[in-house]
Amino acid sequence: MTAAPPVAPALEAVAITKRFGAFTALDAVTLKVRPGTVHALLGENGAGKSTLVKCIMGFYRPDEGAVVVDNHEVAIGNPRVAQKHGLGMVYQHFTLVPRMTVLENLVMARAEVPGLIDWAAERAALTDFMRTMPFAVDLDAPVATLAAGDKQKAEIVKQLYLKARFLILDEPTSVLTPDEADETLGLIRGMARAGRLSVLIITHKFREVMAFADDVSVLRRGRLTGSGLVAGHTPDTLARLMIGDTAVAAPAARAATPQTDVRLEVVGLHAQDDAGNPAVRGVDVRVRAGEIVGVAGVSGNGQVELVQVLAGQRPASAGALRVHGAPYTATRAEMRRHKVFSLPEEPLKSACVPGMSVAENMAFRNFDQPPFARGGWWLDTGAMRKAALALIDRYRVKTNGPEAAIATLSGGNVQRAVLARELSGDVSVLIVANPVFGLDFAAVADIHAQIVEARNRGTAVLLVSEDLDELLELSDRLLVMSHGRIVHETTPASADLTVIGRCMAGHAAPAAAHTPPNGRTAETTPAATIPAETTHADHPSPAL
Amino acid sequence: MDDTALGWWGVPLAVLAGAIRVSTPFLFVSLGECLTEKSGRINLGLEGTLVMGAMSGYAVSYATGNPWLGVLVAGLAGTVFGALHAAICSLDRVNDIAVGIALMLLGTGLAFFLGKPYIQPQAPQLPAIGFGWWSSSQQVRDALQVNALFLIGAVLAPVLLWGLRNTRWGMTLRIVGESAEAARAMGYAVNRTRMLATMAGGFLAGVGGSFLSLHYPGSWNERLSSGQGITAVALVIFARWDPVLCFWAALLFGGAGALGPALQSVGVTQGYYLFNAAPYALTLAIMIATSSARHRLAGAPAELSVTR
Repeated sequence: MTAAPPVAPALEAVAITKRFGAFTALDAVTLKVRPGTVHALLGENGAGKSTLVKCIMGFYRPDEGAVVVDNHEVAIGNPRVAQKHGLGMVYQHFTLVPRMTVLENLVMARAEVPGLIDWAAERAALTDFMRTMPFAVDLDAPVATLAAGDKQKAEIVKQLYLKARFLILDEPTSVLTPDEADETLGLIRGMARAGRLSVLIITHKFREVMAFADDVSVLRRGRLTGSGLVAGHTPDTLARLMIGDTAVAAPAARAATPQTDVRLEVVGLHAQDDAGNPAVRGVDVRVRAGEIVGVAGVSGNGQVELVQVLAGQRPASAGALRVHGAPYTATRAEMRRHKVFSLPEEPLKSACVPGMSVAENMAFRNFDQPPFARGGWWLDTGAMRKAALALIDRYRVKTNGPEAAIATLSGGNVQRAVLARELSGDVSVLIVANPVFGLDFAAVADIHAQIVEARNRGTAVLLVSEDLDELLELSDRLLVMSHGRIVHETTPASADLTVIGRCMAGHAAPAAAHTPPNGRTAETTPAATIPAETTHADHPSPAL
Repeated sequence: MDDTALGWWGVPLAVLAGAIRVSTPFLFVSLGECLTEKSGRINLGLEGTLVMGAMSGYAVSYATGNPWLGVLVAGLAGTVFGALHAAICSLDRVNDIAVGIALMLLGTGLAFFLGKPYIQPQAPQLPAIGFGWWSSSQQVRDALQVNALFLIGAVLAPVLLWGLRNTRWGMTLRIVGESAEAARAMGYAVNRTRMLATMAGGFLAGVGGSFLSLHYPGSWNERLSSGQGITAVALVIFARWDPVLCFWAALLFGGAGALGPALQSVGVTQGYYLFNAAPYALTLAIMIATSSARHRLAGAPAELSVTR
């Protein structure tokens, strides 16, 4: 393929079948990665992508089928053996130890680590190795202080350092800004073209498949539904292979609601993260009735803490919240008076009691009020059950009944159940965080429709998400959050992806990029220049 | 109390001497607990291990006449308890704190049961090294009798700190304690590492226990331990999981424990029991001062169940 020595291997997974009990996760899937190419593995959540690569990497033992590397069948019993055959994987959730330095992580990842480690010699050797890399990573920086893009690069460097010639990347761009994603994928493709690597990328982003992959394979429900050159596909044909004939709810029509009164007002809000470091650093946001304000940003830039303050799960260290113009501290009484509801991320963890029933979880907002509480203290479980049945029906929650523990529901159905609880009444303000994370197409469309419908009814919606496409689809106004501040404001119609990406990455936004809606002044803080090194230095270096 | 030549100067001297004496079990148990916690598990059973070590060490010293053999056997008894804790904790859905409490009760109960015959006889004691040869005062000479185990512990603390940073073992231990997922991805055996760390921790706690019966107070009875095993757990948190800081923290706690007897020796008997409570009051005060409802503890191994 290339003039370079053919170090990049060919890898073939032949008729892999993997069953978990009665469930067939993979059904005779065959995948062939040509040497020196980037191969995209496409599929919805639960389609079997992860199971397939885990079979290749030796985490799972397939029930049938074989893995062939350079025309030799290899038995891969565990990840260490995979490493010996030159297979390496970069996981979606980084597997570097956060409080150790890049150097320590790289050295300790080696198969053979000497009993006594000579750090000076290791540092010298790795500095030399880094010179052969197309990108640089600071060896002495604790991993926790690296930006997501640099962590991703460190993971890739680690695999190359371990002499991986076949690299599997699991959703490599899910935590990166668009720019970082393009840069990383570009470098990977460059190394493949140079014959250094063969690459398998798990993704669900068509754009990345079209732009960076040579070949593509599509999985649906454990079966291979299509495979071939990317050049022979369009996003439409790929989408069809991926979702099949599943009916997807049409996007909800947006009613042009008049934007009048400010419902939710966040003024100069500061909050700290769990380690006591500043996470939210002076956020100002206003949300009017009947509008969806989207907050974009790479995870870990204060969005979680912002939502937690709004939901009453974290104290603010400075600043104020106002709802309907009145001071708001997210007490139960205030939530009730102002009709503030929220759908936090990971609702099973942060908005449910997993061991309690669906009916009980659905009654959390009003179990202590009539008609559920008689005389203010006697709970009428029959009434709760009846109300839950109605909600289950209306929001199409798939459950074994209102008595089933909510933890037994699938992710999408937990999401629907919480949404049912939060949206069923009269909602004035709705705070939503990453509402469709990990859900399939049908559930995503469904939940998006519910959120837009709430907006059309006049609800003020604050939508915090790491998914830029979701924000561009749903928002009326779009804010970008970086290092705990709002650094950019735009509307989806006039959004410039390059500018948004740069703002997400913490680079200063050009002042001209403000596009206030309806002629009003922008409500964001001035797009300040943020010195990245001071914000990263907040993490304490490891004590030991 | 006839010798009052030093007068009130005797108090700091007695506190120093007491600190060295009293801190030794704290030091060993906290170093052991530090190792265990660095691997991501908390072993509250070290109180039981300590008492078990005190009993077995005393019994072996009495039977063989060699106190060092007693120290070794106390350590081995601790190792067995550590292995038991680690083995039970490696099962699914087992809580390390609950197992620790169970083992604490088992250890103390078993030690009392097996130790009945050793309450009366006197066993050979561990030696001390005199650093007070330069002084003519008997009080100074007495105070500077430093026991050998303390010296071993004082060397061990920096060695552990160095080992945790510069050896494959130490690094593996820390990786397992910081991120089990990362450790598995790198191919390190999480359960085996924790097993060994807990066993090593148990060994040190057992040795700490043998000090109680073989040096100070220097006999075996059922009221030997006054919660040093539990206090040492708090001490590790206070020391931010750093072995050298564990050493200083142990000295501080030892000093607080020696305050009551030191004051009594110069004739201050009022509030004797109050001063004896100083280590516990200090534990409480330090935990309140260094904890926060908002922050996680800095330096805590990320896998530790109490800090997760």
